Amino acid sequence: MSASGTRAPRQAGIVGVDVGGTFTDLFFYDEAKREFRTAKVTSHRGDEALGFLSGLAVLGPLGDLGAIVHGTTVGTNALLERKGARVGLITTKGFRDVLEMRRRDRPHTWGLWGEFVPVVERSMRLEVTERVLADGTLRTALDPEEARAAARELIKKGAQAIAIIFINAFANPENERRAAEAVRSIWPNEHVATSSEILPEIREFERSSTTALNAYLQPVVGSYLGKLEDALREGGYEGDLHIVQSNGGVMATSTARRLPVRTALSGPAAGVIAAGAIARAAGRLNVITGDLGGTSFDVSLIADGHTALSAQTTVDFGLVIRTPMIEITTIGAGGGSIARVDKGGLLQVGPESAGSLPGPACYGAGNTRPTLTDANVVLGRINAERPIGDKLERLDVEAATQAILAHVGRPLGLDAPRAAEAIVKVANARMAGAIRLVSIERGHDPAKFTFMPFGGGGALHAGALMREVGLDSVLVPRFPGITSALGCVIADLRHDQVLTVNLALDGLDAGLLNRHLANTNRAARAVIANAGVVVSRIDTVFDLDMHYVGQTHTVQVRLPPEVDGEARPVDEAVVRDAFEAAYRTQFSRLLPGVPARIVTLRTAAIGRRPHFGLEALAPRSGGNDARRGTRRVWFDGQWRMTAIFSRLDLPVGARVEGPAILEQADATTVIDPGLVAKSDAYGNLVITRSPR
Amino acid sequence: MSVIDPVTLAVLKGRLEQIADEMDATLYRSAFNPIIAEARDACHGLYHATTGATLVQGSKGLPIFVGAMSFAVKAVIDKVARDHALGVGLDEGDTFLFNDPYEGGTHLNDFRLVRPIWRDGKVFAWLASVGHWLDIGGNVPGGFNASATESFQEGVRIPPVKLMAQGRVNEDILAILAANSRVPQSNYGDLNGQINALDLGERRVHALLDEYGEETVTAALDTFGQRAEALMRENIRGLPDGTYSFEDYLDNDGVSDARLTIALDLTIKSDTMTLDFSRSSPPCAGPLNIARSTAVACCYVALKHIFPDVPANSGCLAPIDFIIPETTLLGVSAPKPVGGYTETILRMIGVVFGAIAKADPKLATAAFFGTINALSLAGYRANGARWVMSMFFGGGLGGNPKGDGLNHGNNAISTATMPPLEILEAAYPVMFTQWALRPDSGGAGRHRGGLGDVYEIEVLDENGAEVFLLGERGRFAPFGVAGGGEAALNRFFWETDDGEATAPLVSKVTGVRIRKGQKVRLETPGGGGWGDPAEREKSRIERDTREGYVEAKGARAGDPLPAAKRGHAA
Repeated sequence: MSASGTRAPRQAGIVGVDVGGTFTDLFFYDEAKREFRTAKVTSHRGDEALGFLSGLAVLGPLGDLGAIVHGTTVGTNALLERKGARVGLITTKGFRDVLEMRRRDRPHTWGLWGEFVPVVERSMRLEVTERVLADGTLRTALDPEEARAAARELIKKGAQAIAIIFINAFANPENERRAAEAVRSIWPNEHVATSSEILPEIREFERSSTTALNAYLQPVVGSYLGKLEDALREGGYEGDLHIVQSNGGVMATSTARRLPVRTALSGPAAGVIAAGAIARAAGRLNVITGDLGGTSFDVSLIADGHTALSAQTTVDFGLVIRTPMIEITTIGAGGGSIARVDKGGLLQVGPESAGSLPGPACYGAGNTRPTLTDANVVLGRINAERPIGDKLERLDVEAATQAILAHVGRPLGLDAPRAAEAIVKVANARMAGAIRLVSIERGHDPAKFTFMPFGGGGALHAGALMREVGLDSVLVPRFPGITSALGCVIADLRHDQVLTVNLALDGLDAGLLNRHLANTNRAARAVIANAGVVVSRIDTVFDLDMHYVGQTHTVQVRLPPEVDGEARPVDEAVVRDAFEAAYRTQFSRLLPGVPARIVTLRTAAIGRRPHFGLEALAPRSGGNDARRGTRRVWFDGQWRMTAIFSRLDLPVGARVEGPAILEQADATTVIDPGLVAKSDAYGNLVITRSPR
Repeated sequence: MSVIDPVTLAVLKGRLEQIADEMDATLYRSAFNPIIAEARDACHGLYHATTGATLVQGSKGLPIFVGAMSFAVKAVIDKVARDHALGVGLDEGDTFLFNDPYEGGTHLNDFRLVRPIWRDGKVFAWLASVGHWLDIGGNVPGGFNASATESFQEGVRIPPVKLMAQGRVNEDILAILAANSRVPQSNYGDLNGQINALDLGERRVHALLDEYGEETVTAALDTFGQRAEALMRENIRGLPDGTYSFEDYLDNDGVSDARLTIALDLTIKSDTMTLDFSRSSPPCAGPLNIARSTAVACCYVALKHIFPDVPANSGCLAPIDFIIPETTLLGVSAPKPVGGYTETILRMIGVVFGAIAKADPKLATAAFFGTINALSLAGYRANGARWVMSMFFGGGLGGNPKGDGLNHGNNAISTATMPPLEILEAAYPVMFTQWALRPDSGGAGRHRGGLGDVYEIEVLDENGAEVFLLGERGRFAPFGVAGGGEAALNRFFWETDDGEATAPLVSKVTGVRIRKGQKVRLETPGGGGWGDPAEREKSRIERDTREGYVEAKGARAGDPLPAAKRGHAA
């Protein structure tokens, strides 16, 4: 097959591309041949499209590709580094500072220091005369000329996007719609949005922040996607480009351009999706994923095959995004986390990190304070001769040892290996805390959960975390380092809609609720159907946000799913039972006699992708001998001669007793003494406690 | 006692704090009144079985409660001892309720629920929950009676009573509570939320004890206390020995127009600290008094802000001596009114900051805005239903060595967030007409004070509303440090048929009536400035002007009185 000439049939192959801070990972899957290829190329910070295309080039001619699904951190980085667009904001008279006043929070509970700079400068926030009341009454109609004047001024000041955010617009979007029309009439482009389009929900700060951040990202993400699409076209690619959302569902590029705020956790979400699919294929429905990188440990929970979604996420102090995102709990514990002994004599690991530059002491790049990676090197768990990545020849064990002795060993009266072991244990305790936070603390029994580590470092600590938290077992995917790219290939399509309904439960107007269900069902399914990706079917799920009248927060109440594409009608009794069941799971006491209310309807249409056969990843028979000799590794207070294996050469069914170290190009797996690892049919490693 | 290894210690610390955090979250999510549900005016923790000392606190609980809760638990422990003498026992599933500020600190709105955790027939520790209820009777809807001269005018006072006996709620107590509030259903919802939180905490603590054993957990708790004490001593040792004095003033007591002095002589000697408030004003007629437990709690808050690395447990108070005579307004007993306690403790925290700034300029933080501005609008709807909107407002934080003060922050005693105005408009017949930063309100400085805010509210109900305010800083502005200037004063106006009115006692208003369509307007102070304003970076000055944080119109108009000189001993 050649690059020019006849093109292979569409859907021949699908590529997942995860552009991370250090590497761009690609996963290519040929559905016809059931074959996959992977690639890892260096990312280009600031010109992510470059890494993207050079990675695709490794995989073969662009014209042969059927579809590309992309997990991106362009949005995430623009938020964290404050490199979004110049945004102009038009708002209700009297309220231009809502975005800057937040909810009157502060960065830290203790200590009154810290500043906040909003993403839209104060001089770029203009007010117009208009007002809607809480019940939707239009009290003061907008004069479109006033909105046009405001827009002209903002454009003159260099606005690249305009956000229109009016008080109580969730209850009646009329004034916002008129303002948008007026602005578009003099400035016709896609970078004009209203808060009622982006998030039609009560709470002005959360709605303002989400809408403003969407505008802040729109030009950046839009231009990135535009560049990418152009480059792909030039290279001969004729398929569609799709983007992973923070909730783990895939959306069309057109949706991503309109709602870029939904890409804030695009990359990590793809990883969680892949972890879920790998676990399901391996017969495990309850999984906790742990992605251990250089500076952070990201944990997520999958219960009964469902990924936990959180309604709202704070990206950084004062930057709130309210849109469903995979619930990812992040703590500052990673390979680069610095260990120190505090003034009270307590050993601490993180959250301060040496990052990837200068990096751990063993990188020899100038840092002399010990990190978690240094501890793993000193203990012989990481092979100093074969570091991950292509930057270093070898790691400096001596530098790591000196750093640990100086900052931990001597203050605590421990020798180097004992001090290193203490660092690993304290780091494990923090990671275990994050796992508990998402599991035990929310009422999930860890004994029912499998832990799935991915990223470069997770598998070093997985066995210890399993024991410490009391998890059932560990499942190390075959390619921990490319999990996110794999996730892009297998993620379902998803479209979410929110509607404020405000219906009393007593004497429920079931007719109205059922009409809402039917309408949102149709609208959301249409978005999926028009996305241009093959799906095997579309499912719709409905959730009601409900509460007792007087409460301001709500519980999420799941309704029966649609049948054959049509919403199933509900009545008062069905909704009441579902509400009380949901309330009871969260709280111990129902409040009989207090009326309840439906506040919001959340509708999600999910386009199920054709089944991906993960067995394609499984080891081929007749491989090489996996044994690679032995080396000294420290476990539980002593050096032990430990067997070293080449992970990818282990055949299906292979069994490895701890202590053992399994090495592969993108990750190291530690099998602690007392644990045993087995390679399953998909090439995953299943780590359990040794029988007996 | 067994020596506990550092790993188990770290693990247990995390587990216990998570339990308290999760109790907080449970109450926020199930509470009714926005002061808890949205503003998070609540707190949970674990307390010592026999002393009531704080063992563990969550990371999100309201700071002032973190300091005060041990007194509340001690009050219940004393009650149990009295019961015991009368032959009344304590059982599993018993839960106590009370709001007595003289025993448990703070004010009548704060209801505490305290429950023992039993292990092997003994009380292992106490769990407690506190939350601010919307209305508890008294002369003023919402409870902030600026002109109260006795506790009885501030609301109903409940001593520690057994709300739940062996897991069953005493409905008679619920009936008494319901009969004494303008908004009984709101209080009922909050009470159930607090029970939800205790239920959850109890389950979690038992699971932890099952897993690690009482002995290990006890050893860990002891160690936390010792470490907090060691860290606090280390921090105090870092300050030069000597006595540092600082004073600040309250506008008035809400009854007569005379200032009140909060004076501190802070002495550092090696690794101990003495906080002597003897030179403060005597008890006052109005509600600006506080009980000793409240005073101690607020010093704890001040020191935690200065030394945030010290863990939140009772150990950190061990190296501190308190001199708080009953002859001052900082150590009163019943029935002296205490409803305005927030204002007094904010001033106390300010003087601790001021004295520490003299001891170590590196720790100097200018005054935060320093008033909660408890504003209540209340009335009757057309159908006769009572409505009470009660809330607290933001202001600027102080300039500090790291940077400008935060705009629209909260006071040091609180991490409470602001309820969204859309939630307030949905719940009450009001319409906000302004919710904005207040230009020129931050004190000048190399690092400027954060800006205060402007809130303007129109009443929509046919029957109009009554207006109540308990605020401060109308006469004595938040101070600057290290050469920084003071912030703007607090101001409050309400619309009348022929213009605009202000109160003779500036920020204290009781029962003013406004009609439908009329407005109230609150302008809150910013924070004080840090450092010489002449040294302010050019880029910051330009930004202040360009973005309108400083409108450069010169002096603020309308300040009723020149602010008095402060910051040095009499």
